[in-house]
Amino acid sequence: MGRERIFNAGILLALLLVPLIAWKMDEPFLITLATKVTILALAGVGLNIALGLGGLVSLGHAAFFGIGGYAMGILASHAQNYEPLFSWPFLFEGSNQMPLIWLVAVVASAAAALVIGALSLRTSGVYFIMITLAFGQMLYYFTISWSAYGGEDGLSIWVRNEMPGVNTLDPIQFFAVTFVILCLTLWSAARVAQSAFGLALSAARQSEERVETVGLAPFKLRLMAFVISGAITGLAGALFADLNRFVSPTMLSWHTSGEIMIFVILGGVGRLYGPVVGAAVYILLEHFLGGISEYWQIFLGLLLLGMVLFARGGLIGALLGREVAHD
Amino acid sequence: MKILKSLAMATAVSTLALAAQADTKIGMITTLSGGGAGLGVDVRDGFMMAIEAAGRDDVEVVIEDDQRKPESAVQIADRMIQSEKVDIMTGIIWSNLAMAVVPAATAQDVFYLSPNAGPSVLAGKRCHKNYFNVAWQNDNLHEAAGAYANDAALKNSFILAPNYPAGKDALTGYKRMYSGELAGEIYTKLGQTDYAAEIAQIRASGADSVYFFLPGGMGISFLKQYADSGVDLPVVGPAFSFDQGILQAVGAAALGIKNTSQWNKDIDNAANAAFVADFQAKYGRLPSLYASQGFDTANLILSALDKADVKDQDAFRAALKAAEFDSVRGDFKFGDNHHPVQNIYVREVIQEGDVFTNKIIATGLADHADAYASECNM
Amino acid sequence: MSLILILEQVLNGLQFGVMLFLMAAGLTLVFGVMGLINLAHGALYMVGAFAAAAVAGWTGSFVLALMASLAAAAAAGALVEVTVIRRLYDRDHLDQVLATFALILIFSEGTRWLFGSFPLFLDVPSYLSGPVMLPGGIQYPLYRLAMIAIGLVVGAGLFWLIARTRIGVQIRAGEADREMIAALGVDISKLYTLVFALGAALAGLAGALVGAIQSVQVGMGEPVLILAFVVIVIGGIGSIKGALVGALLVGLTDTLGGVFLPRLFALMMEPENAASLGASLASMLIYILMAAVLLVRPSGLFGGSA
Repeated sequence: MGRERIFNAGILLALLLVPLIAWKMDEPFLITLATKVTILALAGVGLNIALGLGGLVSLGHAAFFGIGGYAMGILASHAQNYEPLFSWPFLFEGSNQMPLIWLVAVVASAAAALVIGALSLRTSGVYFIMITLAFGQMLYYFTISWSAYGGEDGLSIWVRNEMPGVNTLDPIQFFAVTFVILCLTLWSAARVAQSAFGLALSAARQSEERVETVGLAPFKLRLMAFVISGAITGLAGALFADLNRFVSPTMLSWHTSGEIMIFVILGGVGRLYGPVVGAAVYILLEHFLGGISEYWQIFLGLLLLGMVLFARGGLIGALLGREVAHD
Repeated sequence: MKILKSLAMATAVSTLALAAQADTKIGMITTLSGGGAGLGVDVRDGFMMAIEAAGRDDVEVVIEDDQRKPESAVQIADRMIQSEKVDIMTGIIWSNLAMAVVPAATAQDVFYLSPNAGPSVLAGKRCHKNYFNVAWQNDNLHEAAGAYANDAALKNSFILAPNYPAGKDALTGYKRMYSGELAGEIYTKLGQTDYAAEIAQIRASGADSVYFFLPGGMGISFLKQYADSGVDLPVVGPAFSFDQGILQAVGAAALGIKNTSQWNKDIDNAANAAFVADFQAKYGRLPSLYASQGFDTANLILSALDKADVKDQDAFRAALKAAEFDSVRGDFKFGDNHHPVQNIYVREVIQEGDVFTNKIIATGLADHADAYASECNM
Repeated sequence: MSLILILEQVLNGLQFGVMLFLMAAGLTLVFGVMGLINLAHGALYMVGAFAAAAVAGWTGSFVLALMASLAAAAAAGALVEVTVIRRLYDRDHLDQVLATFALILIFSEGTRWLFGSFPLFLDVPSYLSGPVMLPGGIQYPLYRLAMIAIGLVVGAGLFWLIARTRIGVQIRAGEADREMIAALGVDISKLYTLVFALGAALAGLAGALVGAIQSVQVGMGEPVLILAFVVIVIGGIGSIKGALVGALLVGLTDTLGGVFLPRLFALMMEPENAASLGASLASMLIYILMAAVLLVRPSGLFGGSA
């Protein structure tokens, strides 16, 4: 427990120091890279609540990531073109204010997770994996043909959205915003895991009967976890869209679902900081292997394969042993 | 702490690269892995052949693979602009990637020269003084096909394209010039590979011709299945489905089909003859449309560098606009929105020995400019 | 719309369904017997198509090409099973998803490295090309009829293999109780390799058959893979009969939906909008079907417990 806590602090410190050093050395791209790691880690933290805590293997989290992204894209594009989004019950012209965008992203993806979860959680095991994949594909094809918002071309937002008191165009300031959000989310996720709800959820993962005998409904617990999970991933989606100033259906493709899942597994399922480590390592691999060979995905595949076969429990598990972090 | 160390190393490496900086730095983002890699490889090879032939040691080209993902393209563009401080960018194949990258790049005072994609917004409302399109506006080849349909006295076309923005632009472009009736209009699923249902509808529609825009593997599938279906209405398409890269995969099913292109290997000028011969000698295959566009883009940049320093943006821009280079297309000039004003030809697929290729049979549209130029306030 | 056109579209849906069945059968067998979820099944479909294209280009014989597709996919399947998949049987689904996702990357880019970035050529043999006239005046491509026939024959063979042969008995026993057949003295690891190679061969055959009328290119297996998953989930994972029914349902829904939805919308709105909106909804239709089936029967039409 102690070692893992020190390790976690080290991870966060590294994630904070790298962009700060890059800032000093005037290497803005490294800051962008660190911001990307932070945001993708956030998406992974979201998935990890369903996956690690609830044992729900969702292969459709790209849907929530994309809904968050489109929340940003739609609000910002209306604000940018001065076309009202709706005029009843009040006139709303979209928004380029990050806090409002985040709120919309969280609410929209939570609502989607509620619907998808309520339907999908009637199944379990492989059926659950596949039905979440199917819902993801459904939304993916929908956005491709949704011509009002660019269809497959996606939506470009020419300038990053604004936030009171922060110059979001400055890479280091935008990084700081995402970093604070990640820290807050990690803290809340730890609290959730140790709350009565989190403990019951963990118990339901291990034995459904045990939970039922004490009068709790596993379905409700899981649905709750799925909604929280979807909402966090949706928030990450909004931030990711703002990082790129762009959103497109690619965010909803099943490859994205696979990648978010890889972050979680790479770091270690159920480990609070697993997704942070996983996202950092994945982005670094992508960055450096991409420079070595056109066929870098072969090496990426081999590395992932080696991970699964020989380093069970993810990277943190390999480094710190197989104790599980927070339950 | 391993992560920190490798990041620090990365910083060291890129600082080293900065020390050896050339006078002009060109960043190329193109698709080199995954399903659409063939197009990116051709653009790169055509582009690099021209750069190497020039033999200038003050021009450095940085090439990166976007994996056909818009998000990757945006991040690579950020890095090229912010860390590597490129002066000129180029290379993107797909409209959706161009829409994600170009506005941000031009807004940061970088020149962008498009060797392939030409989305309508960038030709019209969102045109930019630092954005030049060296290929075509997306609608152009489709417009030429519509014009050709009129010339060939086709009166009842059945048209189809995938259900995404470029597909809709394609059919809009065709209808802009075509004056006959429509026997049917279908939007297919993006990435669809089986067209039996559509071909049955074509057969039942009473059409006298078919116009389709199905880029890449979709077009290969459609043509093979169409040839096998026994429907023998004449087919017209844009060059994308009849290009050197994929013709061999379509095979005899494509023979005799008319398609529209701004370039072909038999355009008669010295630059083109040399380009085709050199490309074949260097890479062992016939050049494609995409290779020709990459080659022209590089030569345009080189011609402008001969006249002005890229750091003197106004002078360099004027030199690009003048477009005084030997295009493999023959005459080449830019309109006021920095998009080409050029001939678009009608080609026919033929067989030379055991290689399938194209020959020009007519001019579809002469000195054609795009339909969005008037929306551009530059 | 004429009756002939409707019948022709039903045939198209049937043909699509039969090809999906070849893909789905292997997937559902592997899951039923070994409890493995294999995302790399689409890669084996691609291997079959590439092997067929290479051999057809080399020898000019379509029959040899089909045999090559069977052999190459079975060999690739056996190789992967022995080196990687075998280690995943006692892991949870999560590890299986990640490992087979990694295999997709390796297969796709490895194929591109071997064969280059451009699509390969594979054509319908001359004796199967062109249309034939069916009773009732339907003009239909002979090759597509042959695909339906081959698919049905292979399907029947599969049912026979499972119902009537020694291996079939072992497979069924393996589905029912894994420990039991080991106790009976069956060489379980050999059986698993065999089942995996069989599933791979079926996928490879589908890839080669479909490759002749589509485009043989890297990544061709992925859209089919997702459809095959939809099929086995609708049918009930582990059930060959379910895979057959699911495949035909998906094939017919997808084909007929794509044809009729735009026409349905055209009754209510502008033709251009109807075409676009109808196409959008049609592309989501099979996923809607799948969600609907799972809501009524959470473990598919013919599934036991997941």
